[in-house]
Amino acid sequence: MRARSAAVGEAAGPGILGRWAGWVRRGRREALGLPHGRWRAREVAFWLAPLAFAVLLPSWRLLASQVFITGLFALSLDLILGYAGIVSLGQAAFFGTGAYAAGLLARHGWGEPISGLFAATAAAAALAWLAAHLVVRAEGLGRLMLTLGIGLVVYEAANRAAAVTGGVDGLTGVVMWPLLGRFEFDLMGSTACAYSLIVLFAVFVLLRRLAVSPFGLSVRAIRENPARMAALGAPVESRLRALFTLSGAVAGLAGGLLAQTTQFVGLDYLSFPRSADLLVMVVLGGAGRLYGALLGAALFMLAQDRLSGLDPTYWQFWLGLVLVAVVLFARGGVLGGLELLVRRGRRRPLP
Amino acid sequence: MLLRLAGVVFDGIAYGSLLFLISIGLSVTLGLMNFVNLAHGAFAMLGGYLCVTLMERAGVPFLATLPLAFLGMAVLGAILERALFRRLYSAGALDQVLFSIGLTLVAMAACTFGFGPGQEPVELPAFLHGQVHLLGLDLGRYRLFLVGLVAILAVALELLAGRTRFGAQVRAAVDNRAAAAGLGIDVDRVFALTFALGAGLAGLGGALGIEVLGLDPTFAVKYLVYFLLVVTVGGAGGFRGPALAALALGVLDVAGKYYVPQVGAFIIYAAMVVLLALFPKGLEGRRA
Amino acid sequence: MKTRWLAAGLCLAAVAARGEDVIKVGVVAPFSGPFADYGKEMETGIKAWQAEHGEKAAGKRIEVILRDTTGPVPEVARRLAQELVVRDHVDFLAGFGLTPEALAAADVASQAKKPMIIMNAATSIITTKSPYIARVSMTLPQIATPLGAWVAKHGIESVFTLVSDYGPGIDAETAFTKAFTGAGGKIVGSVRVPLQNPEFASYVQRIKDAAPKAVFVFVPAGQQGIAFMKAFEERGLKEAGIEVVATGDLTDDDVLDSMGDASLGILTAFHYSAAHDSPENRAFQKAAAGVGTGVHRPNFMAVAGYDGMAAVYEVVERLKGKVDGDAAMKVLEGFRRESPRGPIEIDPATRDIVQNIYLRRVEKRGDHYFNIEFDTVPKVKDPGKGG
Repeated sequence: MRARSAAVGEAAGPGILGRWAGWVRRGRREALGLPHGRWRAREVAFWLAPLAFAVLLPSWRLLASQVFITGLFALSLDLILGYAGIVSLGQAAFFGTGAYAAGLLARHGWGEPISGLFAATAAAAALAWLAAHLVVRAEGLGRLMLTLGIGLVVYEAANRAAAVTGGVDGLTGVVMWPLLGRFEFDLMGSTACAYSLIVLFAVFVLLRRLAVSPFGLSVRAIRENPARMAALGAPVESRLRALFTLSGAVAGLAGGLLAQTTQFVGLDYLSFPRSADLLVMVVLGGAGRLYGALLGAALFMLAQDRLSGLDPTYWQFWLGLVLVAVVLFARGGVLGGLELLVRRGRRRPLP
Repeated sequence: MLLRLAGVVFDGIAYGSLLFLISIGLSVTLGLMNFVNLAHGAFAMLGGYLCVTLMERAGVPFLATLPLAFLGMAVLGAILERALFRRLYSAGALDQVLFSIGLTLVAMAACTFGFGPGQEPVELPAFLHGQVHLLGLDLGRYRLFLVGLVAILAVALELLAGRTRFGAQVRAAVDNRAAAAGLGIDVDRVFALTFALGAGLAGLGGALGIEVLGLDPTFAVKYLVYFLLVVTVGGAGGFRGPALAALALGVLDVAGKYYVPQVGAFIIYAAMVVLLALFPKGLEGRRA
Repeated sequence: MKTRWLAAGLCLAAVAARGEDVIKVGVVAPFSGPFADYGKEMETGIKAWQAEHGEKAAGKRIEVILRDTTGPVPEVARRLAQELVVRDHVDFLAGFGLTPEALAAADVASQAKKPMIIMNAATSIITTKSPYIARVSMTLPQIATPLGAWVAKHGIESVFTLVSDYGPGIDAETAFTKAFTGAGGKIVGSVRVPLQNPEFASYVQRIKDAAPKAVFVFVPAGQQGIAFMKAFEERGLKEAGIEVVATGDLTDDDVLDSMGDASLGILTAFHYSAAHDSPENRAFQKAAAGVGTGVHRPNFMAVAGYDGMAAVYEVVERLKGKVDGDAAMKVLEGFRRESPRGPIEIDPATRDIVQNIYLRRVEKRGDHYFNIEFDTVPKVKDPGKGG
């Protein structure tokens, strides 16, 4: 049960890499400040940025709303990955389930957005709860394959049920009523942008509280040492199941948002590449910090928008290279790297 | 009716043999080094592209490209193992997954850039075209060749594992790495050679598979699920488990497409979930 | 920081103002991935038109903006269409190589009131999804229905159908089956294969075991056709006496040469063959060969791109450069011309294309393979909408 970073330190040998790894091991998360009880100034600043972006750049609102939704989706993965250490290659199953639930509801006559979101969350949570029983029991490669398998099964099921879901052609005819009776979903994406930002922020506040609650702390402790927690009498499996269900619910919420803001549901909302991309986003940003997931999602989406306009092959190539580099040299992702800089900054004496 | 079933089973065995050939490297890597190598499909894909390049640019006949694909990928595997994979043996599953996904993406992008996104054609020698009529069945010549070749290789691998010193070293290292090292076995060398062997076999499988599975830059991920399935269900680290799993998977897939095409790949994935739920440690019971 | 954004905003506004002299056409299609050739062919046709007729109409410059969907990813197509409207301020949406792309972008056209010209996607219902959609390509029922009727009357009594499992495939299967059984034929089996299916072996085996006189095939043009014919040949279906009957997607001009001898004798029905004998086609093939997009041979998608631009130019000229969505649709509804494929017109009732459908067989001419037309069914409307 050695900590990963300790192993890296040993495997990398002495020298700069070894010392760097040692810092990572010791410093881990505290330097930048994992969300604690009180809101820090930099957190407030972080949230003002997307707000300013959305207000000042109208023609980017479409992209912005997609970034917010992806950020929410990334948060759902960070919950199980960063906090409980469960690697999932099938998160898109819950995302897509939420999307189809919201989409189908609107297509068959009920286009009220907020109740649609509730439906999406509930549907995804139900699926996640069922899956949780299998996933939590398994371990190692078997667990990874299981999440992959669940994702694939849900994808194929939706594909087979093309009469209901629209199959490869996608689900159209998703007609949304105005949000709160007043705000139409317009072509510019202004309503979509505001809607998704508000939902993202609300869920984030909730998850932030959760992270420092007794539940959240116990989950983190389970990740550190499940045997000890079990010995202490903590209900390990049911905690993890609850967390997995919550994660699925948040993913479904994000999916429902996407369905409502784009008035469309595609089969690739359930696909493996979507799950894989999400994993990359969370790790690139830095897992276990909530903000890392958001940052990773934003960076990934913006970079993809810019780069795949040139040639999708370049995007694929550079993404792969960056991934390899991150794993070998920058395990903590962007936030981990920032953290390191902050720590080094602190060590330097003031002039 | 029974004849048709026999035909389907034969096709399934051919497909399964191909899966086995490619997956065996993954099984050993996982069992021996505890490394989740999602880039394994990329080795197979690159082997296929190497074969195509040799045929088209250098005019090498198909059968001659096979050992070259094996060697080429073995060398590449050895180099990558030394340079990159070695550093991550003790890393967590997440890091290994991400690293191997990254490598796969790079390989796919490189192949798209070099060869374009379309399917690569393969020029088979004349005697492998068409079918033979055997026992009332029409059997594809190429598939017969495939099954025969993989059977020979499987026997060779069994002998390698069971009768040679190297094989004994590998088995010892799989069972208990620390003890094996303690006995003076050069574990690093064993790792390097095994990885190279696995990559080489994958490359060979990729080249052989062009005719049956097709070859395009998405090959690495398209069939990755099947390879992972074979190893997870069959159990990592051995031969028999993956062999059985591969054959079963091959037959199931072909039979599914033939008898119930509306359901398609759904059966495979659902079977995977069910099997994993029931046997979290694989059919053979070995720890992954 | 803020002043920089303000300056950027002013620049954008200035550019938009200058846009008075430019008419923009936003083309949404796959230019990379497995369907990359679709976008390239469309681009070939578009460029061929502009090479022949210049880049101006009614005094305005016609600017073509290309956007890549990378494949049947409808979500991307929709977002690209939206961005073309909102960010690039296009006057026309065009392209759409695959049905899912067109279906997803339909309400963007409706909401923004921009004319949307379909240059390939072939499912019947597409034009019903928005009053701003007009199609210059073809629909599967339009092709499969005359084929089904012809096949039944010419000695083929039993057929096994194999189609790709998505909109156009299902359209093709339904239309062919209806026409074929209506004319007295018998369907002995049918199978739908996944859209991006890499190998056909098991499906082809099923066909062989069912022993029909012919197999009716629809797969997306290009790679899938080659894969199917390979499996067909490998399993000895030709020797077993089974004929191949298909829509022209199977013997797509672009890939016909790489199919080789296996393609000889295949019977297809389609609206365009590169070997169509007319002065318009010869001129088109010449212009298209000179634009340098690197396609093997300009095919039906290139012709659709070509005719699509013809429609755009007609609209711009008739409206004297002031493109308004509703007025544009009025012009498109009466659109007719002598295309490289034959005479075409757009049906005012459905905004869908009406054209000749040709029966062809693959023959070798010199070193190359062509679809040689031997019979014509004139002025076919889309039966999928009660034509």
